[in-house]
Amino acid sequence: MSLPSTPAPLIVGERVTRIYRKAEVEVHALRGVDFTIPPASFVSFIGPSGSGKTTLLNLVGALDKPTSGRLEVGGVDIGTLDRRQAAVFRGRHIGFIFQDFNLLPILTVFENVEYPLRLVHPTPAAERRERAMALLDAVGMADQRDKYPDEISGGQKQRVAVARALVTQPKVVLADEPTANLDHETAGLVMKTMWRMTDQFGTTFVFSTHDPKVVREADIIYQLEDGRLVDGPRQGSMPS
Amino acid sequence: MTDLWTIAIRNLLRYRRRTLLTGSLIALGVVFVIVFGASASAFKGMMIGQMTDSVLAHIQVHRRGYVASLENLPLTLTLDAGQVAAVERALEQTSGVEAWSGRLKFAGMFSNYAETTGIRVNGVDPVREFATVPLLPSRILKGEARLDRGGILVPELIAAGMNVKVGDTVVLIATNKDGSVNAGQYVVLGLLESVTGPGGRDAYIHLDDAIELLRLEQQEVSEIAIRLERFGDLDRVARDLNAALGSGGPKGGGKKGGSPFEVHTWEALSPFYNVAMMVDLLTMSIRVALIAIVLISVMNVMLMAVFERVKEIGTIAAMGTLPGRIMSMFVLEGFSLGLFGAAAGVVLGVAVISGLRLARPTFDFGRQTGLVLSPSVNIGEILLVTGIVVAVAVVASFQPAFKAARLEPVDALRHT
Repeated sequence: MSLPSTPAPLIVGERVTRIYRKAEVEVHALRGVDFTIPPASFVSFIGPSGSGKTTLLNLVGALDKPTSGRLEVGGVDIGTLDRRQAAVFRGRHIGFIFQDFNLLPILTVFENVEYPLRLVHPTPAAERRERAMALLDAVGMADQRDKYPDEISGGQKQRVAVARALVTQPKVVLADEPTANLDHETAGLVMKTMWRMTDQFGTTFVFSTHDPKVVREADIIYQLEDGRLVDGPRQGSMPS
Repeated sequence: MTDLWTIAIRNLLRYRRRTLLTGSLIALGVVFVIVFGASASAFKGMMIGQMTDSVLAHIQVHRRGYVASLENLPLTLTLDAGQVAAVERALEQTSGVEAWSGRLKFAGMFSNYAETTGIRVNGVDPVREFATVPLLPSRILKGEARLDRGGILVPELIAAGMNVKVGDTVVLIATNKDGSVNAGQYVVLGLLESVTGPGGRDAYIHLDDAIELLRLEQQEVSEIAIRLERFGDLDRVARDLNAALGSGGPKGGGKKGGSPFEVHTWEALSPFYNVAMMVDLLTMSIRVALIAIVLISVMNVMLMAVFERVKEIGTIAAMGTLPGRIMSMFVLEGFSLGLFGAAAGVVLGVAVISGLRLARPTFDFGRQTGLVLSPSVNIGEILLVTGIVVAVAVVASFQPAFKAARLEPVDALRHT
């Protein structure tokens, strides 16, 4: 399941709908959203809590399936993947950056970055080390490589998470509120790091965020409200 | 695989106290099973050894129907000279036989000229008998470890009751095969310690004296007692003897082929076999208890581990870790916990057994006192217990591991 070199667009959503059913209640998280994302772009989905940003990212990341509509990432219809195919797809093509960093506490900084190359894409040790160290160097964490996550700051953790998300050289990195738990200065540093990664590796970053700083950095902005796209695509600057 | 091991072990070390507590519980169970198993096995072995080496011997061959009438000690169901020769030939063909002894057993009256009491007597060839039941000489409490013609070895309880001492002359009265009664005078050569089990309170005279007392025209014996070179060959030798004598199944008593013989191992002759079976059953019960301990404790720990690490499971699943690999991580964690507990238990168990061997605890069994319990480490038992613990730990990990592997990453990532 390799992604074709798609000049445009990398991600296409057509009438994407996601309805959660809990007992007798139906929750319409996304109501027929249309969007496209070109490769090597920096895209933000913005909107209030409950607007469907995280649901959308989960769908793009093959963590979930649309209830209806069509969602293609690099030509792969996410709705057709079974559990195992979805795992393989994520491992090959998607990187994740989480709001709470989600580093594995039993692994060192280096081992966290190396993890996908050890247990998802078994890679020869020398190459693994080279790629992990190159990324740690790129995010400025090479000197912290032997520390455990509880020994480094929040900003450092998020930089490690960026390195981990990029180590398999995915086409898409999905970042759910990546700066929510960081102070202003650290958030700026992390964003700069991600920009550099886009330049360096041609990676597409897709964010869900409230952070004006992230929004300002975006190439494309989509605004969601109550599961519907109410604005976008447009060039990045925080809406008033 | 190494990576999965590393992760499994680090996760165990992450919750040190819990791992230590669960590991200790498993280790304690393993210690109990190993020490109890070794002690029970030593007790059983010692008791079996006492009975087979001092009275019963390992295997006995009788005339068909004799054992069913054993309490009467019938003289009508003896093996004649020809049959004894046939058994002797069979024994020569059978490997693993160390010694054998013909015994002529009969019931009689024992008199000290003042009083008379009932007695069971074995007529034996002392050389053969001492080779077949080598602990017999050690049962002679007073007097010499010999049995010459004209002499008698009297059970200590009868001797005490009848006030008979070594060197006294006593009279044996016996009913012969044809119904007539005969009597003979014998000198008490020794007093025999009683042992628990059949034949443990019998008197002994020389086989030739028994033939003379019973007015037999030729040499006859009630049974042929057989000692094996190795106790472990019991079933095999019994089988071979049955085949050679045409006497049916391994425990004798077969009715096919019309053979005049029946072959019995000690198990069919001694009620202690049931005690031995009970000891084995108890050991098995303790193993089952250990299985329950391991199953519950490992499953509990692994369920806790899954519950506490839901978000981590979601993270690694989101990164593309396959469900099978996630399952392997948790199974390996349970396996490592079981292995750690078993290893600690084996080390402690071996230490306790070594301590017991040094302490040499004694116990009494029937009238036998001061028996030293000397448990030994059984490698087979250790491997079995370790195997059981590790296998059960793996089985106990399956459900939590399956639960972890089936978690929907999107739900797991939402978990707080």
